[in-house]
Amino acid sequence: MAKVVVVTSGKGGVGKTTSTAALGAALAQNGERVVVVDFDVGLRNLDLIMGAERRVVFDMINVIQGDAKLTQALIRDKRLENLMLLPASQTRDKDALTSEGVAKVIAELREKFDWVLCDSPAGIERGASLAMHHADIAIVVTNPEVSSVRDSDRIIGMLDSKTERAERGERIEKHLLLTRYDPVRAERGDMLKVEDVLDILSIPLLGIIPESQEVLRASNVGSPVTLNAPISAPARAYLDAVRRLRGETVDMTVPSDKVGLVARLFGRRAA
Amino acid sequence: MSGIFDLFKRRPTANVARERLQILLSHERASVGQEGLVATLREEILAVIAKHIPVDRDQVQVKLERSGESSILEIDVTMPPVRVRAVA
Repeated sequence: MAKVVVVTSGKGGVGKTTSTAALGAALAQNGERVVVVDFDVGLRNLDLIMGAERRVVFDMINVIQGDAKLTQALIRDKRLENLMLLPASQTRDKDALTSEGVAKVIAELREKFDWVLCDSPAGIERGASLAMHHADIAIVVTNPEVSSVRDSDRIIGMLDSKTERAERGERIEKHLLLTRYDPVRAERGDMLKVEDVLDILSIPLLGIIPESQEVLRASNVGSPVTLNAPISAPARAYLDAVRRLRGETVDMTVPSDKVGLVARLFGRRAA
Repeated sequence: MSGIFDLFKRRPTANVARERLQILLSHERASVGQEGLVATLREEILAVIAKHIPVDRDQVQVKLERSGESSILEIDVTMPPVRVRAVA
């Protein structure tokens, strides 16, 4: 039974696309059949983060309008054969994404994959609402910062009222993914702590992704961080998050890139 | 006053962030679907006042102050000078 997951946040720039790519790749690294779907019409970027930008021929709107078959629009990852991308359209006409069209595409993807990861656009408008509509599970990406937490709260409200599951009176599974976390600054009292954010938003924690230069490095080269630097702190955090998503119980830690002197002298070269 | 000494006595700010968020969100969650509440209250209160005294709409200030448990809706109406009838 396929699971449809929306990666959402309300606020822009908190790491939705980065997280969609990393979680999608991590699921595929675990042998699952995965498709990552870009819902950001007009401002697509998932193709770029996945390193597939030069291979985009058709997009979701072409499929909805009948100009291309779904199989023609799906782009297979070059590193993982069980990972696919469905790009968003760069058209300025956002109304081209119809609610019936999205429903049809999602239904078809459910049959072909184990996991359908929908990368939501920022905001609370139509695009975000369409991205979350068919979701079974929501991953709310939040930075430990006031505006991001407030916007996440708004999005949680939308998830509980505007999704298909909510409309049927069912529960949508919601998880918090705390990104760009810096344990040192949090300990010093200069950044909201994990417990603060959990206390305020009251949804279960899926993972804590530490702030790391590896994330930018990965996006520079168009490779999800779990593939580009699998032993780095953020990659380990995403891999742990995916194990929790698949139902495993994994101790909650904030992985660190910091290495001791001996490891710094010898360990890095071996890695 | 700010100076080089502030660097040494800098206070942690995360607890301020947490408190501000808790207050803000408790109000925002309660007011979902009531975005126009202040405007509606303003209009209806003005209508009641206008029945009795002529008021200039520009002379009305509506303020909403949120605190921990409650909100204060403050409406300031500047009344025109009331003509006092001379008593014989």
